[in-house]
Amino acid sequence: MGQTKKAVINSGNKEALDSQDNYQKTKELTGYIPRKDATLETYQKLGFKSGLEIHQQLFTEEKLFCRCPAGLYQKKGEFDAEVIRHMRPTLSEMGEYDGTALMEKKTRKNITYHLKYETACTYDVDDTPPFKINQQALEIALEISLMLKTNVVGELHITRKQYLDGSIPTGFQRTAIVGIEGEIPISNKKIRIIQLSIEEDSCREVSDIGHERIYTTDRLGIPLIEMVTYPDMITPDEAAEAGQYLRFLARSNGKVRTGIGAGRQDVNVSINGGTRVEIKGVSHIKWIPELTHVEAFRQKALLNIKEILTDRINNPSEWKISHNDITENRDALLDLPAEINNHKVILVCLPKFKGILSHFTQPGKIFANEISDRLKVIACLERPNMIHREQIDNITFQSEQILLLVNKLNPDKDDAQLIFWGPEDDVATALETIEERCQLAMEGVPNETRKALSDGTTIFERVLPGPNRMYPDTDSAPLSISNELVEKIRNSLPQDVSESVIQLREWKIPADCFPYILIKNYFPLIKKIIDKTKCPPKLAGTIIGHTLKNLNGRKQVPDMMTDENIYSLFEYILTDGIRPEIIKEVLPLYVINPGYDISSALDEFGYSKKSMDQILQKIPESLKNFKNYSSQFNPIKAISWLMGQLRNDAIGNVSLKELKAEVEKVVNNG
Amino acid sequence: MAEGNQGYKGKALAILKKFNVRVWSEAVISSTRGEFNGIVLPRSENDDDKHIVLKLITGYNIGIATDTIENIKECGYKEAHYKIPEKEFPVSENKPNIKLFGTGGTIASRLDYRTGAVIPAFSPGELYGAVPELADICNLTTDKLFAVFSENMGPKQYTVLAKAIGEQIEKGIDGIVIGHGTDTMHHTAAALSFMVQNPPIPIVMVGSQRSSDRPSSDAALNLIHATKAAAESDIAEVLVCMFGPTSDEYGLLHMGTRVRKMHSSYRSTFRTIGDIPVAMIDTEKITPIKHNYNKRRNDRDVKITPVFEEKVALVYYYPNMQPDIIDSLVANGYKGIVIAGTGLGHVNKPVYPAIERATKAGVAIYMTVQTLWGYVHMFVYDTGRDLMSIGIIPTENMLPEVAYVKLGWALGQTDDMEKVKEIMLTPISDEITKREPYNGYLVFQGGIPEVEEFLRDIHK
Repeated sequence: MGQTKKAVINSGNKEALDSQDNYQKTKELTGYIPRKDATLETYQKLGFKSGLEIHQQLFTEEKLFCRCPAGLYQKKGEFDAEVIRHMRPTLSEMGEYDGTALMEKKTRKNITYHLKYETACTYDVDDTPPFKINQQALEIALEISLMLKTNVVGELHITRKQYLDGSIPTGFQRTAIVGIEGEIPISNKKIRIIQLSIEEDSCREVSDIGHERIYTTDRLGIPLIEMVTYPDMITPDEAAEAGQYLRFLARSNGKVRTGIGAGRQDVNVSINGGTRVEIKGVSHIKWIPELTHVEAFRQKALLNIKEILTDRINNPSEWKISHNDITENRDALLDLPAEINNHKVILVCLPKFKGILSHFTQPGKIFANEISDRLKVIACLERPNMIHREQIDNITFQSEQILLLVNKLNPDKDDAQLIFWGPEDDVATALETIEERCQLAMEGVPNETRKALSDGTTIFERVLPGPNRMYPDTDSAPLSISNELVEKIRNSLPQDVSESVIQLREWKIPADCFPYILIKNYFPLIKKIIDKTKCPPKLAGTIIGHTLKNLNGRKQVPDMMTDENIYSLFEYILTDGIRPEIIKEVLPLYVINPGYDISSALDEFGYSKKSMDQILQKIPESLKNFKNYSSQFNPIKAISWLMGQLRNDAIGNVSLKELKAEVEKVVNNG
Repeated sequence: MAEGNQGYKGKALAILKKFNVRVWSEAVISSTRGEFNGIVLPRSENDDDKHIVLKLITGYNIGIATDTIENIKECGYKEAHYKIPEKEFPVSENKPNIKLFGTGGTIASRLDYRTGAVIPAFSPGELYGAVPELADICNLTTDKLFAVFSENMGPKQYTVLAKAIGEQIEKGIDGIVIGHGTDTMHHTAAALSFMVQNPPIPIVMVGSQRSSDRPSSDAALNLIHATKAAAESDIAEVLVCMFGPTSDEYGLLHMGTRVRKMHSSYRSTFRTIGDIPVAMIDTEKITPIKHNYNKRRNDRDVKITPVFEEKVALVYYYPNMQPDIIDSLVANGYKGIVIAGTGLGHVNKPVYPAIERATKAGVAIYMTVQTLWGYVHMFVYDTGRDLMSIGIIPTENMLPEVAYVKLGWALGQTDDMEKVKEIMLTPISDEITKREPYNGYLVFQGGIPEVEEFLRDIHK
């Protein structure tokens, strides 16, 4: 916030509060501790509860409700045509407006869609009604519903779920429940599943600045499932484990999309006295523990704020802000960038809020951030959009001129003040937003959807939508799901993930191999290798779970390589009587070899068939060399030297353990 | 189907009765596929009798197959009341008075959960609740004349509308907006163009391509544009006001006789054919793009001619059309036939004798072109001259639907074929224009570089 430097002049006001100190104190008061120091008891005391919504794109050729190809993405800034829309809220069939809907109406966004000829048709821009639901997608969704042990519905009803942020050009997402009430196991308990729905994916956001938001329509309409759990997870680690399990489960049928953005999760968190807050856009399962931990304490902090305010304010419903337009003083007060020099500057007084603005909410964040974030989202004021009297960074608010203006509002010593700036048209919404957020502080934790940041903190995204945003889709008829179809799919389900885990353990495959094997759905491949080639299970597991994973991590495994390619390597080696350890050595040469020619990979490695005797014949010559290099003969060093000399000859031909025994014999005896 | 059954019938109704469960009750359904909790919703009457519809607590609807149901228990009751917040429409003295006639269609609609369809309904209070911007434009009053979908609009409704418009003009209204379904809006627009001649005020027809129960609906913006055109424009014509591009940017005001719905679902479906629209309109301003329209006046000298002969047909010619098509129309007492012919206005030889029989029997036969753009030119080829000699009358560049409406209206006034001909060929409201401007025919071809460039730069 360098542009506000004029506000730095400190007048040394005696009433001033040490904001840094207040932040630290309120952090302690909240009881915040880093996650590494937290225990089960920490979360039990908070009353931590978490539920998950896991989204997974399905692998289909076409989109869910039109015949556009699925899975093609356009580059940023690349488009053939643009369409502009605005969204207005409508009523639900129960006759009520939804909270989110009312919020989004205030923001008045121009929404621009970037269309590409290849990936968007008139359905995508809501100029054509939907076509019949993609049967391939429906069957994959049914399969996963059965894997989650849900009760499958008798008839699919396409429902419209309102999204006024513009992420879907219709203003709603077409979605339908496939199954409800299922369960999954995690290591110490069962997690209940609320539902599985099939839905169309939304647009990708390109930018969102002021009143202009831009989306691309390439991802729009790709079939997606959403798996929702009950809030049964009582620690951050349980939430991550359940997330991981659902991810494995969805992938275990091999019919879902993988790669960036193909799987996304929303995490719900609440604590005792708090409320359900949804953290959206969690792109990695490994982020879940930190995000949920921080959110639990944010709620605790907000409850603390509520307590402070309830003590100070007798009648919250009559609490009001007051404000003054100080635009004419702006140049003396603030150093705002020239491109916003037509902005209004407003001084706002928050009665009885002293010490609240700098109250801890999240690590490095204070209550003032909650206001600033809402000003950005609801009133469309780009950040930085305000400064206040309790900054915890280097900016201080106490310039004499500002205090002079503050005094005009006749403040009480317990009041807080802030200054915000923005286009004239947005001032009314901004004032409403500030007042509303402060009033909500007296009630506790607002129902919100928050956006995940990589540092574990979150920012306000929108008001949490309720069931009032659901409408039946009048453009599509209900679709009966017959017992025959359900039974057909039930009979060809892949093995349950929990059973796969048990099997991997029985095979004595190291546990650190499991995540890679399950997320990439290599279990069926490993099982086939073990069943058909007689490869030792542990070796097969580590070749996939360690060797292949490392190669993959170094991006040395081409996308075209199939499970069948890997299987044929195992089959060739083991059928030819070569010892399978060699696969670890040959695999890197094999995968980068575009033709996947096993014999040339073996040649490149330098393999040739040799018996133990043939290998041992090299010993006298090597031993002679060793003796030439080392002045004093050390048998242990000699054995190690010889093993190194013979290793490449031995791999694939004899067991290194047996070779070592032979070498020891020679060295010790001779 | 009895109203009380809320769309349930057969097996589904029987099972609800068996377990004594009402629609709108909170119920627990046990089935072979598991247990389901929710509110029993009405069912669309067109759907089968094999499922019960349930609204889950999450807001989703699902169906439960009746043959899987083992038990249903009612444990509560919550009937929904769907209501748009109704606020009294504010009146201010310095704003023009506008009358909105409702005929049905999606411009003024809400969801009906019994049929799953959108049904028409809108009082000024409801309109104000849903589109408060209207109050910045005018003082609005509404009359719901009918509640029918576009395809059910016909001569009876045209005459009622024309009379109602005449009464409002006489009472001194400043502008009229007509909410109408889009499918046949151009037929009604043509009918009103002939039945209401020389209006002193704008008469603006409006509809929507996306129903107003969806957030991306074009209904609100179309209504705002139409109301603004009726209240503020100086264009005293029968107009159709609908989206220009598919984007939420501006609307176009089309002449009622030159406009046509050109796409089954696009927002920008209405296009002026063979001419340019009268004006562009957005929330800020009205920009005339044609200048020879009739201007708003203070007098009330309007001529209302609310007549229509129903025995008129529009025949879309196709190769190998058999003469008995024409013969059967004549045999059934039709008084007028408009043919949409190929090219410059042609039909095949075998039909000639039937046409001759028809004209001799006193049936009025007029030729239009199914190419939509361009004039009928029956002197170019012998076939055309032959057709004229047996009594077919070319109608210049009148659109086929417009010619149909005009012939019905003309035959409603007189049986005298000469007078009918005079009425048909005397332009009243640009249904026949003297000239076709170079930009009256523009159907851009996608894929061509310069068109693609245009699409990238200009919002569709």
